[in-house]
Amino acid sequence: MIAKKTSAWFKSGTPWIWLNAGAIAIALVAVFGLLLLILFRGMSHFWPANVEAFYFENDQNNITIIAEVVESETVPVTTLHNIENIHGNKDGNVTRYLVKTGNRDILGSDFRWIYDIELNKREKPENVMVLERIEWGNFYGYLDSVYENDPNGKRQLVASGEQAWPEFRKRLQRSNDIREQILKLEKGEIGAINYTLERLRLKEKRLRMDGELTDKAAEEIATERKQLKQQYEALLKQTQTLYQKINRDSITATVMDGSTVTIPLEKIIKAWQPNNMSVPGKLNFYVHSLWSFITEDPREANTEGGIFPAIFGTVMMVILMSILVTPFGVIAAVYLREYAKQGALIRIIRIAVNNLAGVPSIVYGVFGLGFFVYFLGGNIDALFFPEALPGPTFGTPGLLWSSLTLALLTLPVVIVATEEGLSRIPKALREGSLALGATKIETLWHVVLPMASPAIMTGLILAVARAAGEVAPLMLVGVVKLAPSLPLDGNFPFMHLDRKFMHLGFHIYDVGFQSPNVEAARPLVYATSFLLVVVIVALNLTAISLRNRLREKYRALDN
Amino acid sequence: MKNQTLHTRYNQRAFKDRIARYFVASGGISVIIAILLIFFYLLYVVVPMFGSADINEEASYAAPGEGRTIHLGLEEQGSIGVRFTDNGHVYFFDTASGKIVLDESLKLPARISSVSSNLDLVVLGLENGSAMAVRYKFDLSYPDDTRTVTPRLEYPLGEEPLVLDESDHALSHIVIQLNEDGAGLAAATDDNRLVSARYLREESFISGEISTELASRSELVLKNPVTSIALTPTLDHLYAAIKGGTLIDYSLDEDGFDGDTTEYQFKHEISRLQLLLGGNSLMVGLDNGEVQQWMSVRKDGGRELAFIRNFHKNQQTVTYIATEQQRKGFAVSDTKGDITLYYSTSQRTLAHINSANAAIKQMAWSARAQNLIVSDARNQIHLYDVHNEYPEISWDVLWGKIWYEGYDEPDYIWQSSASTNDFEPKFSLMPLSFGTIKAAFYAMLFAVPIAILGAMFTAQFMAPRMRQTVKPAIEIMEALPTVILGFLAGLWLAPYVETHLAGIFTLLLILPAGFLLCAWLWGFMPNKSIYEGWEAALLVPVVLFLIWLSMQLSSPIENLFFNGDMRSYMSNEWGLNYDQRNALVVGLIMGFAVIPTIFSIAEDALFSVPQHLVRGSLALGATRWQTMTSVVLPAASPGIFSAVMMGFGRAVGETMIVLMATGNTPLMDMSIFQGMRTLAANLAVEVPEAEVFSTHYRVLFLAALILFLFTFVFNTLAEIIRHRLRKRYSGL
Repeated sequence: MIAKKTSAWFKSGTPWIWLNAGAIAIALVAVFGLLLLILFRGMSHFWPANVEAFYFENDQNNITIIAEVVESETVPVTTLHNIENIHGNKDGNVTRYLVKTGNRDILGSDFRWIYDIELNKREKPENVMVLERIEWGNFYGYLDSVYENDPNGKRQLVASGEQAWPEFRKRLQRSNDIREQILKLEKGEIGAINYTLERLRLKEKRLRMDGELTDKAAEEIATERKQLKQQYEALLKQTQTLYQKINRDSITATVMDGSTVTIPLEKIIKAWQPNNMSVPGKLNFYVHSLWSFITEDPREANTEGGIFPAIFGTVMMVILMSILVTPFGVIAAVYLREYAKQGALIRIIRIAVNNLAGVPSIVYGVFGLGFFVYFLGGNIDALFFPEALPGPTFGTPGLLWSSLTLALLTLPVVIVATEEGLSRIPKALREGSLALGATKIETLWHVVLPMASPAIMTGLILAVARAAGEVAPLMLVGVVKLAPSLPLDGNFPFMHLDRKFMHLGFHIYDVGFQSPNVEAARPLVYATSFLLVVVIVALNLTAISLRNRLREKYRALDN
Repeated sequence: MKNQTLHTRYNQRAFKDRIARYFVASGGISVIIAILLIFFYLLYVVVPMFGSADINEEASYAAPGEGRTIHLGLEEQGSIGVRFTDNGHVYFFDTASGKIVLDESLKLPARISSVSSNLDLVVLGLENGSAMAVRYKFDLSYPDDTRTVTPRLEYPLGEEPLVLDESDHALSHIVIQLNEDGAGLAAATDDNRLVSARYLREESFISGEISTELASRSELVLKNPVTSIALTPTLDHLYAAIKGGTLIDYSLDEDGFDGDTTEYQFKHEISRLQLLLGGNSLMVGLDNGEVQQWMSVRKDGGRELAFIRNFHKNQQTVTYIATEQQRKGFAVSDTKGDITLYYSTSQRTLAHINSANAAIKQMAWSARAQNLIVSDARNQIHLYDVHNEYPEISWDVLWGKIWYEGYDEPDYIWQSSASTNDFEPKFSLMPLSFGTIKAAFYAMLFAVPIAILGAMFTAQFMAPRMRQTVKPAIEIMEALPTVILGFLAGLWLAPYVETHLAGIFTLLLILPAGFLLCAWLWGFMPNKSIYEGWEAALLVPVVLFLIWLSMQLSSPIENLFFNGDMRSYMSNEWGLNYDQRNALVVGLIMGFAVIPTIFSIAEDALFSVPQHLVRGSLALGATRWQTMTSVVLPAASPGIFSAVMMGFGRAVGETMIVLMATGNTPLMDMSIFQGMRTLAANLAVEVPEAEVFSTHYRVLFLAALILFLFTFVFNTLAEIIRHRLRKRYSGL
């Protein structure tokens, strides 16, 4: 009876439909789970987590660990042989915490595991302080006192105890201001002088190669060089005084093992006492951290600091690519749809173009390296920049070649989208325009293309979304883990197409897989991923809504 | 007047129209050409690899200086040659003209009876049983930016001859190998004895004077005269060819012959023995013109020589085998004056020339194998220009099993570079193609059921309002940068799967079971029909719960069935090794990446099955499921097939996920718990490091071309099938 009922139930097909529904449910869980995972991990990184003190005993010694809890998990005792030996219980589970202790310079590593069963006590000490440092990652400890070097180089106590924290904050603000000035001088003005000197050297070499280095020209170059050197000296002196100023203050702090360390303020970027912060205070801190993540340069082999150059590089590359791909894509689509004689050949070409979108991106990278970089770049160097040889100018991976490669990669996307837009425009409109005496190009320019512009936009947005997320080809044609300077700066010719650049996607790969301290860098990678995902999802949603609006619009025209 | 302007304006407009037409046409065509360029440029880089070599005579003249040539050598770029003569002279000469640059005479106590060389080190065996080692050197300098070569001689074992045979018999054959401590020498005497000796070498710090000390010497007596000998660089084997076609492998230790010998019988007389670069391969030249390659391999616990491959041309006796200095290639000469270039790994016969018309006596390569210098029986010198850049590649090397040096059997291996100089590059594309297919296969295993079942539900059963959000949501997945997926796969999923292995497999079983249970329970729900089409939404919390449940069950299951640790249990009990970054992780994440591709196309195909077909079927009394399986699915099947092909194409070309989520080891192992290296990931890793236009670079371009063609063909097929489908519907 039951068997019969079951078989009837299966025959009705209901279970199969539910299985189908299950498949789509899995897909949905996967998509949103992944997005939420990235969102949560990426965004929680900037929240000033509470710092806890863990007390436990180990061979009659009392041990204190001051740390942030990064994650906790429950594991069966059987997999942990050392714990079993200590406590004798063989069954059940223990909870263990991965905690970030920071102080890499003192402890050797940032992270350690703590086992629940070993703990005596756990608390949140009020005055514990976290420092973000230029080197060695975070510092966790208690502030003791603030010192200042007098003009003789002697260390004088300025504040201690209760007054130490406000005084420290004030002085930290000052040292950060000075650091900013130094950075501005070094990167901006001194950088510009170095750049001009290098150009001068190349100019001289070029003149000598062409046999046009007259005495007069040589003299001019020499005087210019002398002037630049003088400016350089002056700036150097300026930075030196700033360095002296920044070296003035220092603090002493107690670490978790009870020892006291001295930290000069010039090594500190940010200081906070997370356990003393209110929720609005934390929120404020969060927003600031997020802002500096987006606007600052990376530090410590990209594992700390911000990702500004990567954002900038990605945006520059994408803009250049758009400038290259749009006209070519549109012209090709207009040719295929409006001018070419529709026949077997055009159909084959159309399929071929369509399929190029499916060719692996790394193949474009290999082509870009071989053709653009070595062939085109090598020839450009030989023709226009012989003075820099054997050092390559364009004969090496760089921004221009990356943009060109990605333009080629996204060309099919633009062509296909534009063609689709053109094909959706009702024939009657074209015929109406032609009947009124407009030429073909006038019809195209004034009637067809404006109507197809949302389709072109859709194609472009999809192309941009694809280019922004593409990493594999860029690894071959221009991306580096750390670019010394941005491709756009104040030095003539302002836009440096030959420079290598940083890229968000490559940043994720590099920091996640090639950095020496992956564990410490992981939150940063999540944050970078989140940023990239937000940009790309937003672009895609725009494209989808544009496409839908476009369809609606012409549906109305059709009727 | 007005008419006139109108007319001009009309002309102008027509002109503009024509210009625009040309502009658009040329622009459009050039874009299409640019796209074609990808294919042709890849081809342009790949093709030269399969061309043969080219050898041309550049100069020919009577041997400069006096005497009969006994040995030849060339400077790195082939501009200066060196010639050792039987009267103890060493002539350095300009190879283009034959003009003597330097004439050195060696201080020898007796006449030279034998000679052999090892790169620029020449050892001379004398008629009084002693030997002398000489090295020719070329110092480079650049006065006034012109390359100037200054030749000189050096005596690495001192200027005093070393007494090899104490009974003062002439040495008929001699070989030498230098190492850090000193040298090993071996010789055959004219009374059929073999002598082996080791010398320790000491260089005085103050005067730079070299003194040598005999460390050991041993000898044995042979029945027949020796025709050729060879000594391995490790000084542990001496190969001797004996008259009658016998090759004997003598094992050597610190004190000389240790009594261990193996004999190999050939059908023909052995005329020449020569070790290939690196000393791992013994080339045996026979009197029928054949050259055989033998290598020492492990067999039944011991080591013995094994025949690897042979090279054959004509019936003339092999007179000389000249090995290249940086590759595993060699030139073979014969009694008729034929010179043939071969390459060992690829077993290729590359080029052939005969311009001497007399037996060739000696040959020598320049360092990069661009020049070959030859001396014939008429004491004539010939200089050849050789273009032989890509001898390493053949169809077999790329796709077949090759017996490489140091391996015990032929195998598919990809290993493009190493730190040593005498490294044999291994360019088999098989492990990479295998890895590519493997990764794609596991990805499809995961993606195809979810994508197609999901598409079936979305297209036919889902409530329209839900479909409006679900479809774009899954399509957005396609735009997710794969670098992010790869990062999650490598740093989040791989460690997680490793610790929750049992849970992952539980999940695979528990999910379908859970769905069926839900379906059954749902049957008892009152007025359930208002939720029809929303089943998927109802199942989302179920999926979440089941995932949570199976992860919770993971460690109890491992405790219960696998002694607490599934990984070690598998490797102990089933012999399955577990890599943290393996095909399972790649399959899951890459499957996730291709789901939207397959889903989107399959859903389109299913959705565009005309509604009147569906309604007709339902009206005739078929259930929804019957309609799906017997009306919708058959109609949409070509579309679904093309969706799967597209998905496969995408999985094959995916780079970042496999780069980050596999160990990138080029293994040929189908196990789901092992990693792999794919063509695409290999390109990303190796292309930036490959030397431009080297064989390695071109092989990588070939890999790119294969990827290009593969995905292009796959996608084209899919596209054609889809077009067919569309045509069919338009008829309905």
